[in-house]
Amino acid sequence: MVLVLALGDLHIPHRAPDLPAKFKSMLVPGKIQHVICTGNLCIKEVHEYLKTVCPDLHITRGEYDEDSRYPDTKTLTIGQFKLGVCHGHQVIPWGDLDSLAMLQRQLDVDILVTGHTHQFTAYKHEAGVVINPGSATGAFSSITYDVNPSFVLMDIDGLRVVVYVYELIDGEVKVDKIDFKKTTTPTNLPH
Amino acid sequence: MISDGVVEDEEKWLSAGIAGLQQNAFHMHRALDSNNLKDALKYSAQMLSELRTSRLSPHKYYELYMRAFDELRKLEIFFKEETSRGCSIVELYELVQHAGNILPRLYLLCTVGSVYIKSKEAPAKDVLKDLVEMCRGIQHPLRGLFLRSYLSQVSRDKLPDIGSEYEGRDADTVMDAVEFVLQNFTEMNKLWVRMQHQGPAREKDKRGKERGELRDLVGKNLHVLSQIEGVDLEMYKETVLPRVLEQVVNCKDELAQYYLMDCIIQVFPDEYHLQTLETLLSACPQLQSSVDVETVLSRLMERLSNYAASGSEVLPEFFQVEAFAKLNNSIGKVIEAQENMPIAGVVTLYASLLTFTLQVHPDRLDYIDQILGACVKKLSGREKLNDSKATKQIVALLSAPLEKYKDIDTALNLSNYPRIMECLNDGTHKEMANVIVQNILKNKTCISTAEKVDALFELIKGLIRDLDGDTHDELDADFIEEQNSVARLIQILHSDDPEEMLKVIETVRKHILTGGRKRLPYTVPPLIFSSLKLVRRLEKQEESVSGDEASTTPKKIFQLVTQTIEALTSIPVPELALGLYLQCAEAANDCDLEPVAYEFFTQAYILYEEEITDSKTQVTSIHLIIGTLQRMHVFGVENRDALTHKATGYSAKLLKKPDQCRAVYACSHLFWLDDHDSIRDEERVLLCLKRALRIANAVQQMANATRGSSGSALLFIEILNKYLYFYEKGVSQITVESIQDLIKLIRNEMQGDASPSDPAADAFLASTLRYIQFQKDKGGAVGDKYMLITD
Repeated sequence: MVLVLALGDLHIPHRAPDLPAKFKSMLVPGKIQHVICTGNLCIKEVHEYLKTVCPDLHITRGEYDEDSRYPDTKTLTIGQFKLGVCHGHQVIPWGDLDSLAMLQRQLDVDILVTGHTHQFTAYKHEAGVVINPGSATGAFSSITYDVNPSFVLMDIDGLRVVVYVYELIDGEVKVDKIDFKKTTTPTNLPH
Repeated sequence: MISDGVVEDEEKWLSAGIAGLQQNAFHMHRALDSNNLKDALKYSAQMLSELRTSRLSPHKYYELYMRAFDELRKLEIFFKEETSRGCSIVELYELVQHAGNILPRLYLLCTVGSVYIKSKEAPAKDVLKDLVEMCRGIQHPLRGLFLRSYLSQVSRDKLPDIGSEYEGRDADTVMDAVEFVLQNFTEMNKLWVRMQHQGPAREKDKRGKERGELRDLVGKNLHVLSQIEGVDLEMYKETVLPRVLEQVVNCKDELAQYYLMDCIIQVFPDEYHLQTLETLLSACPQLQSSVDVETVLSRLMERLSNYAASGSEVLPEFFQVEAFAKLNNSIGKVIEAQENMPIAGVVTLYASLLTFTLQVHPDRLDYIDQILGACVKKLSGREKLNDSKATKQIVALLSAPLEKYKDIDTALNLSNYPRIMECLNDGTHKEMANVIVQNILKNKTCISTAEKVDALFELIKGLIRDLDGDTHDELDADFIEEQNSVARLIQILHSDDPEEMLKVIETVRKHILTGGRKRLPYTVPPLIFSSLKLVRRLEKQEESVSGDEASTTPKKIFQLVTQTIEALTSIPVPELALGLYLQCAEAANDCDLEPVAYEFFTQAYILYEEEITDSKTQVTSIHLIIGTLQRMHVFGVENRDALTHKATGYSAKLLKKPDQCRAVYACSHLFWLDDHDSIRDEERVLLCLKRALRIANAVQQMANATRGSSGSALLFIEILNKYLYFYEKGVSQITVESIQDLIKLIRNEMQGDASPSDPAADAFLASTLRYIQFQKDKGGAVGDKYMLITD
């Protein structure tokens, strides 16, 4: 059982002062094995805070990030799953599932984690899953109205991943979960 | 070398003293064992003669004294036994006075006296009086101190206290006990003070140190007084305190005064201090000017603060004795009396008083303000503070109300608070401003009116703009952290009333615009987003509000926003400004304000053309432009055409061809909006895709020319995916043939001899083909469409 935290679009300090206190108290160091961050932290302090939650940190670049050395995309393998990360402002139209699916095919990953829209989505299609953890601080977005702070925790176990989404609605943390099973690799089509 | 020699000598003398003492003690024991009183007295007197030395420092004398003390205990036991064997205590009392030298005589007398009192053959008070008077015979400070200390020790448990066995019917009262201790104390203090003036002037420091070692001997008496049961508040007030203070003031010795004042405060209970506050405080201005009265008073106030904290039932006492007024007055008098008190001392006093007041009278903001006002008076007129001790105290002084009230509001209401901030030097001002900001962030205090915001930003102005002496231009980590804190602070400011919120935003804007080039990149973005949040709030409201002439409109806010972003142009930070313009354009789009949105786009484009020259930045900016434009629905045909034309133009002119290709095919989305029937321009979509293909071809040719092998087919596969996207959407101009041709082209590129293997391209092609198959398998309309594609 491997726990992977996925979050992003915090926009500290431009659009939000800090992570919600209730989230901070849940993100206890030592419990999570990997952290994936879609980008737009934006400052070094947030990077360091995330490092204390878990040292294995993967970040991609958002358009407001202070550190321009974060890569545009990143792929990593956790257990049986290949994960891809990208902030998403590069994929036009923003938030369009088909275009994101194209990126997923390009990176050849089972799970694609992107952000930018500040809205939680988890979409399953033939090649795998596209997850958007939303904005961990509920930051203002020109794309989404009424953003609730949210983040995602993935529990990867063999060929199965359970996606837990945590949302802060009216001061209470609500949890939802979605199950995905990876099918065994399909046979190659003849060229 | 000389001092080493002295130390060596002292060691020698001490050893000699100890040896002599032990030898005589040995003989004395022999005499005790054989009940030989005469010999016992002889040898004990000889033993005690060792204490007549003048050669030892207090530390070493103490060692000798302790040994003698132990021996005298045994002697006392012997005396007791003697009396039970029939020897009269009175006779014994007489007998010991025949010892040759006065010092041994007096030690023996005290020892016998102890037994005498225990025997109750005479009233305790008489014996004690006799002894304390007799000790006057020793005027040498060191020897006298130890002798009287001995007296104190042996008499401790024999005082005629209430409830003690020595309390007489009418003869012995508590008064007598108190009188005895007071007299011993007074004499000891006199001896102690006298030590200061013995010896050559150059050894003053050494004497001071030696006196320090002896201070507990003197202080012990006060301790004894505090332990006497019969000393109630009345007696303390009427007799004990006045007498002690009299001695303290009259001795005019700095060391003694400081130590004894502190001793009084520590040793006697807090209730007593409260009830005798006036008396105690009135002594303070009378002390020597070199005494550290600040520390004494601070410790008193600290004790009283802790007492107040111990329980709320205690507080009424404070009010009843008007503690605050008395302390305040006293501090004022002390400061007046000691003209040369360093500023750090003054601030310490007020800081302690403030802590006290916060504890005892938390609701009396007027008291707090009074204290701050007194500080201001003292500080103003001087140069800005540079003394590090003083500044530390001032920071503590200013932080205390914040900590206690957790609400910056309260601090803002204290009229003298900002005035003190004015007196700080730039560095301290910034430090304090930081403390304030952190306090607000930690407590998430809600600051909701423009007035308060104005006052707050004025208070923390050290963070907001360059103060006079500030000229350094580097952006060090501290500076950046500071500015980020200010940014977070801006996020917290909020009012539920939109009108008020706009005023808040305007106020913040006024302040941050004074920040200069260094600060604007940090402070402008949060303000812009705050404004956009307000626009959105108004948007939602507008649906319910019925056409009132509202003074706060989105238009107004957009005007404000435009002027604010303009301030960034002088720095310059084009990428940031471009991003902000586009965010505003989207917000204007949501409000259906076409001209405003167009203007924002214009500004963004100007920035792109004139200021953004770095290719990586250009790519990001293009993505933002295309992405934003793609979502716009407010534009009429002409405006939209103008903007899309420019956007595609920029895309085609990016430096690196792969970037060009990707930007151009992204532009295809500008001409096809799912939810907008009028924006479905098939031709333009196809034009973009074809153009992208041409660029991809050019990339391949370049690769062939420069590297001798064809480059990756990746771009083609990306374009293929876009073809499939639009094919699915129903763009009729994208025919099945074109798709199949493209697939063939890709396969050729990848299988050619000259092409190196590219796993990324292979994987991408494979997954694309899988997708096609998957769609076929879906069946229905989609399936039918895809079935037409044969590969």
